Amino acid sequence: MLDIKNLHVTVGGKEILKGLTLSIQPGQVHAIMGPNGSGKSTLSFVLAGRSGYDVTEGSIIYNGEDLKAMATEDRAAKGVFLAMQYPVEIPGVTTMTFLKTALNSQRRKRGESDLDAIGVLKLVRAKAKELNVSEEMLKRALNVGFSGGEKKRLEILQMSIFEPKLAILDETDSGLDIDALRLVAEGVNALRSPERAMLVITHYQRLLDYIVPDRIHVLAKGRIVAEGGKELALELEAKGYEHIVGQAA
Amino acid sequence: MSSPAQLETKAQVAEIGDKYKYGFVTDIEMDMAPKGLSEETVRFISAKKNEPEWMLEWRLAAFRRWLSMKEPKWARVHYPQIDFQDAYYYAAPKNNPLKQSLNEVDPKLLETYNKLGIPLNEQMALAGVAVDAVFDSVSVATTFKEKLNEAGVIFCPFSEAIRDHPDLVKKYLGTVVPVTDNYYATLNSAVFSDGTFVFVPKGVRCPMELSTYFRINASETGQFERTLIIADADSFVSYLEGCTAPKRDENQLHAAVVELVALDHAEIKYSTVQNWYPGDENGKGGIYNFVTKRGDCRGDHSKISWTQVETGSAITWKYPSCILRGDHSVGEFYSIAIANNYQQADTGTKMIHLGANTKSRIISKGISAGKAQNTYRGLVSIYGKAKNARNYTQCDSLLIGGNCGAHTVPYIESRNPTARIEHEATTSKIAEDQLFYCLQRGIPQDEAVSLIVNGFCKEVLQQLPMEFAVEAQKLVGISLEGSVG
Repeated sequence: MLDIKNLHVTVGGKEILKGLTLSIQPGQVHAIMGPNGSGKSTLSFVLAGRSGYDVTEGSIIYNGEDLKAMATEDRAAKGVFLAMQYPVEIPGVTTMTFLKTALNSQRRKRGESDLDAIGVLKLVRAKAKELNVSEEMLKRALNVGFSGGEKKRLEILQMSIFEPKLAILDETDSGLDIDALRLVAEGVNALRSPERAMLVITHYQRLLDYIVPDRIHVLAKGRIVAEGGKELALELEAKGYEHIVGQAA
Repeated sequence: MSSPAQLETKAQVAEIGDKYKYGFVTDIEMDMAPKGLSEETVRFISAKKNEPEWMLEWRLAAFRRWLSMKEPKWARVHYPQIDFQDAYYYAAPKNNPLKQSLNEVDPKLLETYNKLGIPLNEQMALAGVAVDAVFDSVSVATTFKEKLNEAGVIFCPFSEAIRDHPDLVKKYLGTVVPVTDNYYATLNSAVFSDGTFVFVPKGVRCPMELSTYFRINASETGQFERTLIIADADSFVSYLEGCTAPKRDENQLHAAVVELVALDHAEIKYSTVQNWYPGDENGKGGIYNFVTKRGDCRGDHSKISWTQVETGSAITWKYPSCILRGDHSVGEFYSIAIANNYQQADTGTKMIHLGANTKSRIISKGISAGKAQNTYRGLVSIYGKAKNARNYTQCDSLLIGGNCGAHTVPYIESRNPTARIEHEATTSKIAEDQLFYCLQRGIPQDEAVSLIVNGFCKEVLQQLPMEFAVEAQKLVGISLEGSVG
C-alpha cells in the first residue's frame, strides 16, 4: 500500500528526513516512535502533501502511484488521511458545514455524486454517536473553543466518515488525559480493517497500550534506526531513546 | 402554484433578462447626451425626461454649486484626475438594436453568472421579488406594480415619481443628503437620470422584497442614479440593490445618491450586493464607485439597517450612514468589503446620535487580497441631547497574502457623558495551516478560501434577505478565486 524508499526531505533549506525507508501493507498498523525533532511530524506532512516540505530524493509509492506528484486534495480523495496533532480552528464555519464540504469535495474528485444535506446529516450523526461527539459540537464552529479531547475526537470522527485507505495519526495522544485517550483509541481500533493501513506517530509508549501496532519503527535524526514488534515499545519505555539511538549510531 | 403576481414578474423579468442578455452581446443604439458637462447637459437631461420647471431649477442650482466645489481627497484611495468633460452623462437605449458585437461581452462576467447558476433576474422572479431595472440612465422595467398598488406602496422609476408624485418628491428629495452635501452628491443632484422611488404608507408592511438592478452598459458613460425611500409611520420595507457592469478598459464613474427616511416606528432594511466591474488583474479599468447613502431615522422608535456586500469596483468610496434623530431610534451597518488585485476600498459608516436612547451597531468585515488596499472609516458621534446613546462597533480585517493592506480609521466623538461606546477591532490572516487543513480533507484551494472567508463574514451574510444570501456567498468565493498563489 505504502512504499517509502530512501526519502530525503528539506524544510526551509534544512534536511530533516535523511534516507527514510518504510513499507506498510493493507490491514497493518505501524507505529513511528522517536524523540522530539527526529522528523516524525515532517514525515506525516510529506505524506499528506503540505507545501514547504520538499522531497529532494527518494520515492513514495502509494497504491502503485507516485504520491509526490499528487495534489494535496487529490491525495485526500484517494484515501490519505492525516489526523493532526493541532487541528485548526475555522471561525464561522460550523463543523457540520465543514464535514459536508469536505465529504462532497472528495466524492466529486472520485467522480461520485454529491451527498445531499440529509444524507450527510444521517451519516455524520450515526458516526458521531459511536464516538460520543454531541449534536451540539457539530453545530459549533470547527474546533473553535473545543477542548483538546474534543478536537482529537473530531479528527477520529472525520477519519470514520471519510473512510481512508491510509490513516496517519500524528501525536493523537498529545494533550489527552487517560479517559480521553481511551475513548480516542477505541475509536481508532474500531476503524482497523483489512483494507486500511494506519501509521501511528507518537512520542510515548502509552498510546500503544491501547492501539497495539503490528510493527514499530524508531525514527531518529531523519532515519529509521530500529524496528521491531510491539515489545520494542516496552524496551524504549524502560531504557529511553538515548540507549537505542546510541546503539544505532 | 404561481400567483398572478409571480407570473407577472416572471414575464417581466424574462423580458428584462432578454434585454440584458443582449445587453452583453448586442450594441444597443443609445440616445446619448452630447459629451461633457455643462448647463446645457443638465437642461438636456431634464428635457429628455420632460421634467417640470422646479426640477430643472433644482438641478441647475446643484450644478452651479458643484462648479465651486473641490473633489474630496481625504480617502485612502489613489486614482488619476477625473476629466469630467470626457464622459457622457446621459445614455438611454433606443429600441432598435444594431449590429452584433460579440467583443462587447465580458466573458468573465458571463462566466460569473454561469458560476452563480442562474441569472440574477430569474432568481429574483423565482423568489417573488419586485424588481426595478435601471439600464444606464433609465429605468427599463418595474415588476409587481399591481400587487404593490393594492397595498398602497409606490415603487417606480424616479422619473415617474417626479411626474406622478411631485408633492412627495418635493417634500423629501434632498432632505437627507442636501444638494450641498459633498462633491459627488452635488454632481448627482445636477445630472441624475433615473433611479428608484419607494413610498410605503402608514401602517403598511410592504408585502414583498423590493429590488433594483443597476447596470452600466454604455461606454464612457457615468451612472448617476438617485434612490429615495420613505417609510411612513409604522411601516416596514426591505429593499435590495444589485449592480453589475461590463468589462471595459476605461474607468467609469458611478456616483449615486440614496436617501432613506423612516418616520415614527417605521423600519427600512436596505441591502446592497455590489459587483461592479473591478478592473482586470493589472488594475486596468473598473468602476469608480463614489456613492452617498444616508438614512434619516426621523421618527421616534424608527430603525434603519444597512447591509452591504461590496465585491466589485476599482475604487469604492462609500459610507452608508444613519442620522438617529428620533428618540429610541436604531441604526445598523453590516458590511463585507472585499478588495482583490488592485482594488481600493475606503468604506464604512457614520452613526449620528441626536435623539435620546438611540442605539447603533456596526459590524464591518474587510477582506484584502492581491495588492488591494481596504480601509474601514467610520464615525460615531453622540450629540449633547442624545442621553443614554449606545454604540457597538466591531471591525474585523482579513488578509490574504502579503501584498495587501487593511486599515481601520474609527472616529469617535461624544458630547454626552451618559453615552456608551464600544469598539472592537481585529486583524487576521488566512493561515497556511487553515488552508492545509482544508486541502488535507479534500477541499480544493479556492473552495477552502471561500469557506474560510464566508465563515469570517457570517454575521453579516446572515443579515441579507434569504433569497440573496446564497448568491452573496458564492460571490464572495468567486471574487477571491486565485487569490492564494
